Amino acid sequence: MSSQTLHTGTDEHSGSSTGTPATRKTYRNRRLPAAGTVGRYAALAVAAALTLGPVLWTLSTSLRTPSESFNLPPSFLPLNPDFTAYQEVFKQINVGLLVLNSALVTGLIALGQMASATLAGYAFARLDFRGRKAIFSLVLATMMVPVQVTIVPVFMLIRGMGLSDTLLALILPAIPTAFGTFLMRQYFLGLPNDFAEAAALDGAGPWRIFRSVYAPLAVPGMAIVGILAFNFHWNEFFRPLILTISEQNFTLPLGLVTLQGNLGTGSISVVLAGVILSMLPALVVFIFGQRTLREGLTAGASK
Amino acid sequence: MTTTSAAPRHTVKPPAARRSFVERWLAMIFLAPTLLGMALFTFLPIIGSLVLAFFRWDIISAPQFVGFANFASLAQDPTVRVSFLNTIVFVVVAVTLQLGIALTLASMLQARMPSWLRVFLRSTFFFPLVLSAASVSIFMRYMFNEQFGVVNWLLSLIGIPAVPWLTSPVASAAVVVLVYVWQNFGFSFLLFLGALSNIPKELHEAANLDGATGWKQFSNVTLPLISPTVLVASVMAIISALQVFDQPYVLTNGGPGDSTRTAVMVIFESAFQQLEFGEASAIGLVLTVLILAVTALQFRLSRRFVFYQ
Repeated sequence: MSSQTLHTGTDEHSGSSTGTPATRKTYRNRRLPAAGTVGRYAALAVAAALTLGPVLWTLSTSLRTPSESFNLPPSFLPLNPDFTAYQEVFKQINVGLLVLNSALVTGLIALGQMASATLAGYAFARLDFRGRKAIFSLVLATMMVPVQVTIVPVFMLIRGMGLSDTLLALILPAIPTAFGTFLMRQYFLGLPNDFAEAAALDGAGPWRIFRSVYAPLAVPGMAIVGILAFNFHWNEFFRPLILTISEQNFTLPLGLVTLQGNLGTGSISVVLAGVILSMLPALVVFIFGQRTLREGLTAGASK
Repeated sequence: MTTTSAAPRHTVKPPAARRSFVERWLAMIFLAPTLLGMALFTFLPIIGSLVLAFFRWDIISAPQFVGFANFASLAQDPTVRVSFLNTIVFVVVAVTLQLGIALTLASMLQARMPSWLRVFLRSTFFFPLVLSAASVSIFMRYMFNEQFGVVNWLLSLIGIPAVPWLTSPVASAAVVVLVYVWQNFGFSFLLFLGALSNIPKELHEAANLDGATGWKQFSNVTLPLISPTVLVASVMAIISALQVFDQPYVLTNGGPGDSTRTAVMVIFESAFQQLEFGEASAIGLVLTVLILAVTALQFRLSRRFVFYQ
């Protein structure tokens, strides 16, 4: 009994269920009326169903034949999967090119942000120069300017640079990142100073200290910046809508919206097949990088 | 082999003055990509917007100085007025729903439950965040279709007649709110989850001993403790809701009429469809001022109402 009472207090937040069933039962009976527990589980089940339902519907409808895709009752589970819609979507739009464009744009933005944010974050965290505080505040202030406000002049700038309707028009303006710089600065501030002191005693200059000591340690922080950039720009719609004109430069979200416009409600499953295909990379990020993404998303709120 | 022979080894180390000189240069090089990029793609465009707001320019003919005319036409243009009004109503309703749902679910997850279930629910509520708003709006548009949409089919099961979701002004505004909240509540949920799990358990136990349970405990103990997060989550939610574009653009394209047209949609339309770049800049500036005002309000409120430990 003594071990049981110990258990009841330990795993409220750790999530590891260590209590024996008997312990849990007494715990519940003592604290919560059964009706409350049932109500809570019911509410959570409804919320989970409403969150996952639309995605499951999309998946199973994309696996129906185009002709029966809008027949009722709707389908939530793909019991007889049919891949006609997936073949059809490749015929209707150049999926390969859209994926390539999205991958190029997203990948180069992510790499560019990781590199530039690491350098700038390191400078703000560990290098000494005049005006460091003021310049950092200026960088942070750019986070409050919404992209919609700068898009008109950016559009003109891109035209002036002769880059309109190119992928570079999407990539270049997205590389300087205030949030990424902020994250990397926090990250470098969290690393101990002793390494730098030891390296300096060995005669290493500021560049060597960065290159051989701190840069290799920065990889987890860079991963957060990269994953955030990927998640945001893979899904981005507003800038591609404005900065690209010809379909050969479209990214996936733009291509899919155009496809829906062309097909309307003619063959839902074809459009939904495209939607599911565009979700796959996001799903990979979700499965393998969820923790990193969660850390990155919530980092801005806890400074 | 006397001690003096060791001295030259130490003089090899660069003197402090030289070090700080090298460090300054290194800092400049490290900051160059970010700062030059921001100068070109953020600061220059902000100045550009400020200037452009006082001109009439269609990109083809020469820009013409018009003073405050662009701002005046904002106040008079019914489409712009309605769009700002829509945006504000949208922000109030969507943010209230988003925060309410997020806080309710995050609190429910604090209760005792198997860990696999907690992980599953957390992942589920987080999942819509990794999707593209455009793709979500594409499939939601089919789901809310009046004749063959799955939503009306579900409603028909409980005897509710078909709702014209995307063709009635009120219902289409509701759809935009629902689709937006569906995708975004997970972000506030994550923030609340983090804040709630940081509350020391002893505080709840003490409250239990004092007889404060349920709602009383939540409003008197939990809520004050997470008030900094509530404030940050509200401000972040308001700022992003003020910029809503993808959902109304794909779901309804602002219609029927102007019933779901938002401020950013008007910026987009006046610049890139009507070629009124000056007017678009003026609308953009008004939106920025709104966002700055919300941020400023956050700082004032946080001094007054938020309880910091």
